[in-house]
Amino acid sequence: MTEDLHEVRLSVNGVTHDVRVPARRLLSDALRHDLALTGTHVGCEHGVCGACTVLIDGAPMRACLMFAVSAEGHEVTTVEGLTRPDGSLGPVQQAFAECHGLQCGFCTPGFLTTITACLRENPNPTHEEARDMISGNLCRCTGYQNIVASVERAAEIARGGSASQEAAS
Amino acid sequence: MTTKLMGQKVQRVEDQRFLRGKGRYVDDILVSPDSTEVLHAAVLRSPHAHARIIDIDVDAVLDLEGVHAVWTYDDLTGPMAEPLPLLIPHPALTHSRTQYALAKDEVNYVGEAIAFVVADDRYLAEDALGLIKVTYETLPAVVGVDAARAAKQLVHEDVPGNIGARLEQNVGDAPAAMATAPHRLELDLTIERSACTPMEGRGTVARWDPDTNRLQLWTSTQSSTGVRAAVAVKLGLDLGQVDVITPDVGGGFGVKINHPWPEEVLVPLAARALGRPVKFTEDRREHFISAAHERGQVQHIEVGFDDDGRLIALDVQFWHDHGAYTPYGLIVPIITSTQLLGPYKPQNYRVVFESLYTNTVIVTPYRGAGRPQGCYAMERTMDAIARYLGKDRTEVRAANFIQPDEFPYDHQLVFQDGRPLVYDSGDYPASLEKLKKLVGWEEFPAFQKEMAEQGRQVGIGLACYVEGTGVGPYEGAHVHIETSGKVKVATGLTTQGQGHATVFAQLVADELGVKFEDVEVVTGDTRRMPYAVGTFASRAAVMSGSAIHLAAKRAKEKALRIAADALEADEKDLEIVDGVVRVRGTSADTPSIALGTVAVLSNPLRYAFDEASQAATQFSIGDPGKPPVAEDDEPGLEGKDFYSPDRATFASGMHAVIVETDPDTAEITILKYAVVHDCGTIINPMIVEGQIHGGVAQGIGGALYERMVYDESGQLLNASFMDFLMPYVTEIPDGIEIDHLVSPSPLNPLGIKGAGEAGVIPTAAAFASAIEDAERQVRPEAVITAMPISPSELYTLRQEQSA
Repeated sequence: MTEDLHEVRLSVNGVTHDVRVPARRLLSDALRHDLALTGTHVGCEHGVCGACTVLIDGAPMRACLMFAVSAEGHEVTTVEGLTRPDGSLGPVQQAFAECHGLQCGFCTPGFLTTITACLRENPNPTHEEARDMISGNLCRCTGYQNIVASVERAAEIARGGSASQEAAS
Repeated sequence: MTTKLMGQKVQRVEDQRFLRGKGRYVDDILVSPDSTEVLHAAVLRSPHAHARIIDIDVDAVLDLEGVHAVWTYDDLTGPMAEPLPLLIPHPALTHSRTQYALAKDEVNYVGEAIAFVVADDRYLAEDALGLIKVTYETLPAVVGVDAARAAKQLVHEDVPGNIGARLEQNVGDAPAAMATAPHRLELDLTIERSACTPMEGRGTVARWDPDTNRLQLWTSTQSSTGVRAAVAVKLGLDLGQVDVITPDVGGGFGVKINHPWPEEVLVPLAARALGRPVKFTEDRREHFISAAHERGQVQHIEVGFDDDGRLIALDVQFWHDHGAYTPYGLIVPIITSTQLLGPYKPQNYRVVFESLYTNTVIVTPYRGAGRPQGCYAMERTMDAIARYLGKDRTEVRAANFIQPDEFPYDHQLVFQDGRPLVYDSGDYPASLEKLKKLVGWEEFPAFQKEMAEQGRQVGIGLACYVEGTGVGPYEGAHVHIETSGKVKVATGLTTQGQGHATVFAQLVADELGVKFEDVEVVTGDTRRMPYAVGTFASRAAVMSGSAIHLAAKRAKEKALRIAADALEADEKDLEIVDGVVRVRGTSADTPSIALGTVAVLSNPLRYAFDEASQAATQFSIGDPGKPPVAEDDEPGLEGKDFYSPDRATFASGMHAVIVETDPDTAEITILKYAVVHDCGTIINPMIVEGQIHGGVAQGIGGALYERMVYDESGQLLNASFMDFLMPYVTEIPDGIEIDHLVSPSPLNPLGIKGAGEAGVIPTAAAFASAIEDAERQVRPEAVITAMPISPSELYTLRQEQSA
């Protein structure tokens, strides 16, 4: 049983990668194992926990529910792509650091990508909207209190003009 | 003088790595786009809860392209063919059984490992699993405490009554006292199974180095030294041949303290046999069916009390479902049986438990580790007494509190560490007063009445707990000041989100007088600290925190001694500020010496390697009349120490919750959640509060949503995040009110008590109390005896209790 391999051109965080993968290879596995972008974490592999959330053309998507071959022609943004070009933290990342929005850090990449996309759509969320933004991601450590605070702080940082391109665009 | 970092909300250093996607979790180890060197393992697991294995046919797998090897029990030899270890033996555990790394002849739960396949990638390994043919003779399954007690079927043929252990402890004479008590009540309670479910499951990577005959193992564990010892035994290696490195861990909550998992010994076995690194990363379903669960208990309580609600006799029996095997001994039920007492003094106490086999996943500690069940039993009892006497629930509790002047308080019981259950410090009346204020206890009846007039049912509940934290035997620390002035700290226990790299650096910066950013902490790496126990029982801050403090003190003593020599000053007059040793109280231009230079001087050299080290060569330092390293000294600027306390320290706290129950749908809404918490001296309040938030969220899950739903044949019906209802933000209240009380522990140098588990302990009990209170507004007969409780269960309860 030899598997057919497919040539796929993946554009991730603005960098183009050519990989040869079987049709069934999940995008999450391709990112992690073929591209060594291990910042994207796999928590359930059935689309519930949201740890593997990446941005596909700017929209949050579960990388575990998408095949790598389907990502061709789309711009993928992972947590690694949220850091500013000079290596400093983007506004959502910075807010998480300030508000203790993470503990073990495993679910964090999915929250960061999701919140980045949501704040782009709604840069001034109300408190309720801030809670809504993270309502599709599971965290087992924080009880979410400080993640909600991080969303609000991230919006504040972004408004202060110190936003990364991701959140400000 | 530099500001002390103790007690400061210092931002976490580890976050810089995590937030950039640069964490290194076990599945990230040895990942390289340019190498296919690493092989991937998958495990064939039993689909039956109880069956004899008649035959395993792996023929179809052997020729599959990309598959490198397959192991079944028959391929295991020597110690690998023996059952996995019983980690914590206990004389009462008369019928202990542990599983084999791969099932031998029989399987006892759905998920038990049967075959181990190693292939080029996980996809191929799973393909191979599908080709293995196992012939089973299924046997009747024992599921749940009632079936286990009935013992119509046995989990293990040679374990009569399915009873692994029976343990009784007595203080005074509960039955005799009961007979004289003015009032008596009986309660029958149940609490369901739940599980830790960290976001990262279990995982192990091993690399065998044939050049040095050594094994390197990365594993997502709460005890790297424990895994190291177990793997060495199983693989017939000397301890010195095995390094275990715990990388970043995506949550533990207890489940990763059990070890070695079958995969933790099979992965290194395969790596050595195949000469290639091997990785196993479990998926979510595997975590549900082959890791561990906790909580499930049935309890019968008899209590005798006086007119004030003061306990005269407490007689508790409970039955603990420990699953198919007992690798972690009796820790969970022992904790239930002892920590049940909480902040109270029952005068006469008898507790008997039976730890029972069922054909389900093993039961090992989950955050709280038996305490939530004990707290639930005791707090339900307190509520029942209050109700019987028509008294306020806080009043009955207060009547039973151990008073502040009664510490140390000896319960005359044996705790989980085999040592006397003696509380070290606390102030429970003060704690209760704070809680009442925080939640608005006195004002609540008016609010309740106001709501009732609007046709709304609201209720308030509270629960109190005491948590033995920081159990022994010990932890150690090594503090090394490099010639650059940077400080490298190592402690052996592991980290799974508690911010150890930050809080331990705070302690070192304070004690040593160095800049926080110059301190780097490594945990869970046996190469750096081979003597350690592990991260469990809320012990890291107490145990490693104390050890690190002591080790830093030693390093400081040595630094001052060498600096005093160099500065021709008296040690006693020296201080270290921002990494520079200087004479106390002098102006900036008086002689001083950087710690890095002291480190240079501490290590007499023959060979210089840079400008700084030239100062330490043989023609530069030392009295030629004396040995370069004094007889009772060692080279290097280091400090190493261990902390091993007589017994645990006891943190405490109280929670209160206000809920609303919908009169029609029985939906339960949380209106307010309040926590008063006493973990002694706090190193970093931001981190402690984070721990409380997370604990409360898990407690809410356990009170209202989470349960393991087994059918009668032993299939776990909700083994996914779709069906096991872990709370999202939508299930957690917006805001958790927290107030602290600080009763320092007299047992350790910093006065620290643990904080990791606290948040989860009283939650189910507090909810039971609040929901009952809300329901009693319209149904005075309402009583809650089973947790967790869902809206449909509450609805059914209304029907039954009104009938």
